[in-house]
Amino acid sequence: MKLAYWMYAGPAHIGTLRVASSFKNVHAIMHAPLGDDYFNVMRSMLERERDFTPVTASIVDRHVLARGSQEKVVDNIFRKDKQERPNLIVLTPTCTSSILQEDLQNFVDRASTISNSDVILADVNHYRVNELQAADRTLEQIVRYYLDKARRQGTLQLSLTDKPSANIIGIFTLGFHNQHDCRELKRLLKDLGIAINQVIPEGGFVENLNQLPKAWFNLVPYREVGLMAAKYLEKEFGMSYISTTPMGVVDIANCIRQMEEQINKRFISLSNKKLNYEPYIDEQTRFISQAAWFSRSIDCQNLTGKKAVVFGDATHAASITKILACEMGIRVSCAGTYCKHDEEWFKEQVQNFCDEILVTDDHTEVGDMIARIEPSAIFGTQMERHIGKRLDIPRGVISSPVHIQNFTLGYRPFLGYEGTNQVADLVYNSFTLGMEDHLLEIFGGHDTKEVITKSLSTNSDLTWNSESQLELSKIPGFVRGKIKRNTEKFARQNGIVDITIETMYAAKEALNA
Amino acid sequence: MSIKISETLTFECETGNYHTFCPISCVAWLYQKIEDSFFLVVGTKTCGYFLQNALGVMIFAEPRYAMAELEEGDISAQLNDYQELKRLCLQIKKDRNPSVIIWIGTCTTEIIKMDLEGMAPKLENEIEIPIIVARANGLDYAFTQGEDTVLAAMAHRCPEQEILINNARKEGDKSFSLLPIEGERKTKQFITGSENRIPLVLFGSLPSTVASQLSLELNRQSISVSGWLPAQRYTDLPILGNNVYVCGVNPFLSRTATTLMRRRKCKLIGAPFPIGPDGTRAWIENICSAFNIETRGLEKREQQVWESLENYLDLVRGKSVFFMGDNLLEISLARFLIRCGMIVYEIGIPYMDKRYQAAELKLLQTTCKKMCIPIPRIVEKPDNYNQIQRMRELQPDLAITGMAHANPLEARGINTKWSVEFTFAQIHGFTNAKDVLELVTRPLRRNNNLENLGWTDLVK
Repeated sequence: MKLAYWMYAGPAHIGTLRVASSFKNVHAIMHAPLGDDYFNVMRSMLERERDFTPVTASIVDRHVLARGSQEKVVDNIFRKDKQERPNLIVLTPTCTSSILQEDLQNFVDRASTISNSDVILADVNHYRVNELQAADRTLEQIVRYYLDKARRQGTLQLSLTDKPSANIIGIFTLGFHNQHDCRELKRLLKDLGIAINQVIPEGGFVENLNQLPKAWFNLVPYREVGLMAAKYLEKEFGMSYISTTPMGVVDIANCIRQMEEQINKRFISLSNKKLNYEPYIDEQTRFISQAAWFSRSIDCQNLTGKKAVVFGDATHAASITKILACEMGIRVSCAGTYCKHDEEWFKEQVQNFCDEILVTDDHTEVGDMIARIEPSAIFGTQMERHIGKRLDIPRGVISSPVHIQNFTLGYRPFLGYEGTNQVADLVYNSFTLGMEDHLLEIFGGHDTKEVITKSLSTNSDLTWNSESQLELSKIPGFVRGKIKRNTEKFARQNGIVDITIETMYAAKEALNA
Repeated sequence: MSIKISETLTFECETGNYHTFCPISCVAWLYQKIEDSFFLVVGTKTCGYFLQNALGVMIFAEPRYAMAELEEGDISAQLNDYQELKRLCLQIKKDRNPSVIIWIGTCTTEIIKMDLEGMAPKLENEIEIPIIVARANGLDYAFTQGEDTVLAAMAHRCPEQEILINNARKEGDKSFSLLPIEGERKTKQFITGSENRIPLVLFGSLPSTVASQLSLELNRQSISVSGWLPAQRYTDLPILGNNVYVCGVNPFLSRTATTLMRRRKCKLIGAPFPIGPDGTRAWIENICSAFNIETRGLEKREQQVWESLENYLDLVRGKSVFFMGDNLLEISLARFLIRCGMIVYEIGIPYMDKRYQAAELKLLQTTCKKMCIPIPRIVEKPDNYNQIQRMRELQPDLAITGMAHANPLEARGINTKWSVEFTFAQIHGFTNAKDVLELVTRPLRRNNNLENLGWTDLVK
């Protein structure tokens, strides 16, 4: 047993449901007690989904405990088949049903003989894998199922598309900024003259999965979901995959170069044409994306050597660490991830870019680390946002788990060239806020005391002598007004008419006390 | 109008494929209500994930609840349950020092048959903190019924009336009492006699302001409330015994009511629930009649409240409602809304205790008759899929539903109100009738503002 208040990754069935409900016309049936269909609420609330989430439960209640599910699961599958006519029904076990040890595969076999839909049992062990691993596994399972089926039926499409094309694997529901990232990736590929063969699972149809092998290569933008499917496709159909996350100027270039390599490999065997993406990378890097210029600008100079802590899923934490360290000159004191299953990869990615590495799924350990390091900014999940709030350290959210405010309506990709702009804004805004806070601290804090006059400037009975005026003008503009008001308030309270430098500092001391 | 007015209540039962919160969610409001408690949910990642997401921001405010997350070793009994729980409870004692630890049993502890009830007394002796066990699991219960299981378990811990009175008498000869001082003070109050000789204990967790509003209403009828289950602190649990009258404030407390009657020998006052001015009045009247007290000025008070609601009533009158059902407040809310002039098509409800809710059902019946409205169908264990089909036909003006269906229904042009809000909002008593209507009319008012924009249907 473990005493736990909070968890970074959810239970396995959530991963399965996220993949299943991302496909179009796929229905998931959970073998679960009442109340476990909380996934529907999350999808409906966080993603603000307009459609009913295609997930129902075959309820496990007392009767099921006593007698077993018997016909219940099969009936529920059959009913759903009649009601919604999905292409695929995924029977999803939960932690409860794993302990019951009913032969769910048997139900699936029976149901598939009577229903028009395909029926599969999600093959995930609740006590061994988390949400992300389960999602990865389920996606692979579905891809494998449909390619096997196509092979049996002879409908497998193996001939490559005429023009260069790619599959994007791993975009799915409730993913951190996934919708925006997908749009940005499509734009990037379009710029490069690469057609999109399929995007899975989000918005994909399972009956089109037989066309997956038509693409020239697979692009797996996130480490957590899609790699298993990509590896399967590589093994079965010799499709290569690119798993460099195109986040940050450097890695976008790396990713594009790999695509170039993939395409040229085919081109050479087909014709003698050869692609060169270098001019595109150069143009985008220097003039279209603002991030490269930004890191040269004096704004970014101020960030040099500032301490930051990064924590999140493996993909985002690694990419952000690299961006901070290589592209912005910020010192990453600690980079960490909760993806314990991917520890080795993560360590390899960040080891030269940070002082220490933390791999844990215990948020108190992360909190303690942050308290010890006292960074100038934190880049983490929703949890680190709260830790930052408590410790009064500025923070930016860069990874799941997140709240509704991170499912933005506006366009906020993290990947691609537009993504670099977004990340730069996020990083810079966190730090400037930090600096402002710091200055406010030095000169007496925010206006928490009672207001003396309503107007912003208080040019009244008080006179500032020349030294104090000079001192005041040295204070950065954005806090000057506050300092002025605080000083004058102090002067009034103490019957001082002529404000000197001494008055200013007395005011500061009084307010600090 | 050719509406056939049915005068009998009919109950239907569907498949039970409906969406509701897991009953462990009761820790969310109970840990806040009982200030010195600590709730330990013994379950899996699934339970933890639900709590974490359902309670949103609260989780970051250092809540007095935690998961005892079961791992594979616990499931396969490679680890010793007792030792594991002891380790966690000692840690909780060290970090938080609560006056009571409440173990919430879940589906998993049921299935692996973890003997929480057996272990609790032993561990309680060992660590010297009371441990209460409540099995609030999704196998047996829905949403608010979680509170019912906790309060039923807590009812066993309330001090016994007879013993207390004896102790208080003995106090003269300086005998040593182990009972909380608070309890003794209350006992004295009974003996010295307040307005009503017989103590009245109300059960159901309400925010303290609402609890004192209801107590005050009863005070006006010269009835003093001698205690609440639960009280603000565990150490202030009310005294129970065969002389004590009890009355529920919420419709989902049937187990608690049963426990109070059968195990603690209390006398249950059956009454409609104090939701809406009509319900509140009937609730007070039933209590008064149990004490043989003539009510004073109650009719006028109700009338005043209705008058103050007039603006809201204009908005709801003649509009139709569909309750999908998920929190057991449905009958009382429907009864109030019918009295407000609304038409209710269907009352979905997870579980219907016809005995505990008898007075409420009767009031529903008379209200329908009075308002000349057919009695709505009451659907126990509803099937959400079927309900959505019915809603498509009926096109109600408002659907009261869980969050899983709210956005999709809105996108299809059906106004919705999240049912969960009724559980967390203050809806009891005369004072809060306005809040119920505030909630019910919010989607209607919002849509009045957006009406002319022409984009109500937002799906392809």
